[in-house]
Amino acid sequence: MNDTPILRVEAYSKQFELHEQGKIIPSSCDVNLSVYSGRLTALIGPTGAGKSTVLKGIYRTYLPSTGRLIYQTASGHEIDLAQADEHQILELRRTEIAYVTQFLHALPRQATEDVVAQPLLLKGMDKAKARDIARNMLAAMNLPERLWNISPATFSGGEKQRVNLARGLVSRPRLLLLDEPTASLDPKTTDKVVRLIENLKDEGVAMLAIFHHPELVKRMADDVVELEPPIAIENIIEEIA
Amino acid sequence: MDKVLEVENLSKVYGPGCASCFELTGPDFDTNICPNCGSVVAAHNVSFELFKGEILGIMGESGSGKSTAVKCLNFDQAPSSGRAIFYDDDKQHDLFNLNSAQQRRLANHRFGMVYQNPNLGLNFDISAGGNIAERLLMSGVKNYTGIRCRAKDLLSRTEVLTERMDELPKNFSGGMQQRVQIAKALATNPPLLFLDEVTTGLDLSVQAAILDLIMEIQQDMNTAMIVVTHDLGVIRLLAGRTLVMKYGRVIESGLTDQILEDPQHAYTQRLVASAL
Repeated sequence: MNDTPILRVEAYSKQFELHEQGKIIPSSCDVNLSVYSGRLTALIGPTGAGKSTVLKGIYRTYLPSTGRLIYQTASGHEIDLAQADEHQILELRRTEIAYVTQFLHALPRQATEDVVAQPLLLKGMDKAKARDIARNMLAAMNLPERLWNISPATFSGGEKQRVNLARGLVSRPRLLLLDEPTASLDPKTTDKVVRLIENLKDEGVAMLAIFHHPELVKRMADDVVELEPPIAIENIIEEIA
Repeated sequence: MDKVLEVENLSKVYGPGCASCFELTGPDFDTNICPNCGSVVAAHNVSFELFKGEILGIMGESGSGKSTAVKCLNFDQAPSSGRAIFYDDDKQHDLFNLNSAQQRRLANHRFGMVYQNPNLGLNFDISAGGNIAERLLMSGVKNYTGIRCRAKDLLSRTEVLTERMDELPKNFSGGMQQRVQIAKALATNPPLLFLDEVTTGLDLSVQAAILDLIMEIQQDMNTAMIVVTHDLGVIRLLAGRTLVMKYGRVIESGLTDQILEDPQHAYTQRLVASAL
C-alpha cells in the first residue's frame, strides 16, 4: 500500500444558495477524508448528511463552497479540484476520475453496449475494440446477452444499475466515486458486483463509496468516514439577508 | 489540448451608442436598451476559450445576445469592440483585424455555420448538390467530378437521399433542409463549426436525428463547435461547457452538468427550474 493519498478532502463544505426562495441550504459541512490507491474509503451517515454532495463536489457537478480537494494526478501533479479550470476537470473525467450514480442517464435510442463503450471511445479507442471490452464487462455484470444491443431505457432498476456500473468501471479509472452502486441489486448480483469492485481495488483503483448496507461497508471498506447532518437542518436554513 | 478560439470582450451595440450604454444595461437593469440613447446592447464583454473537439453551449432566452456573438465570429456582423483569435494549426488569425477578403476566405474554408433558418445557410435557387458545390468552388476545388463525388459523400453522410441531390432545397422538409445545411457546412472539413438553434422548430424525432448526427460528427472529425440554443435538453446532450447569457452579458459559465445541477445565478436557477 502506498501511503500518499490520491485524494485529500480538507474542510470541504457545500451549501446551496436558492435565490428564488431566499434561502441557504447547507449540505456537506467540514468534511475531511483521504482516499488511497488500492483502498476503498466508505462514506457513511444518515440521509441528509451530505454524502452524495461530497462525491458531486469532487466530480465538480457541484461547485464546492469552501475547502480543498487535493488530487494527485497520474503525472504526479497536485491539483485542487475545487479550483481547477473546467478543461482540466473535463480531461480528468475523460482519463482518470469516474463517477457511478444510482441513476442512469442514457439516450433512449442508444444500445446498451454503446452506452458502456462510450468512455472508451472518448479515450480514442476504436469502435470495434471498445464494444468488445464493453460486452465483456456486461457479461461480468451478469447482464443477459439479449439485452446488450437494445437501449437500457426499458430495463429494470437493477439492470440499469449494472449498465451504469459497467460504464464506470470499463475505463479503469484511477479514482472511482461510487454512490450506492448496489442499491437495487439482488444478493447474488450484489455479490458478483462486489467481487468486481474488489478486483479493481486489487489492481490499484482508489475508491470513495457510499453504501447503505452496513455489511457491505464491513466487507469492502478499508477506511470509514462518518458524516453528520448539518445540525438540525430546519434550524440552520438561513434567510438570505 | 489545443486551443481553437479565444474570444475577449466581444461587444456589439446596435444604434449610435453612448458613454452610458454599458453602464445602464444588463441583467441588473433588466434591459439591453440604453435609456440614454436607445441603442441596443446585444452583447457586452463576451469572453471564452474553445478547445479542439470541444462543444461549447451558449444558452439564453431570445434577445440575450447568444446568436449575435456567433454571428460576429462568423463575420455575418461586425462587432463594436473586442478581439478574437482563431488558432489554425500553427497559424493565428486575429479575426476582427482581417480585411474582408481574408475574412471571407476563413468563413469559406475553415468555419462552418448552420443557421436556424435554412434560408440563411442555403441558396434556394440551386440544387442541394449545387449548394455544396458552391461552397467547394469558393474554397478553391475546381474539378467537376471531384465536387460531385464530395457532394454525394456529404449528403449520404448526413442521410439526405443522394437521388434527390439535384432537387431544389425548397422541395425538402425542414429536417432535410437542415441536413443539407449541415452537409454544406461540413464540405471543407472545417475545424470550427457554429450551430445557431439548429433544431429549433423541428419535430422531436427529427431533432433527435440531427443531434445524433452532430454528436457523430464531433466524435469522428473532432470538430470544435459552438452550439447556440435556448433548449436545455440540447445543451445537456451536446455541450461539455456552457455559457449562460442574459441581456447581452455572460452571467454564468461552467461545466454543463454543474450549470444544470448547481446553477449559481438567480436567472440560471429559474431557467433550470422551468425545464420540462
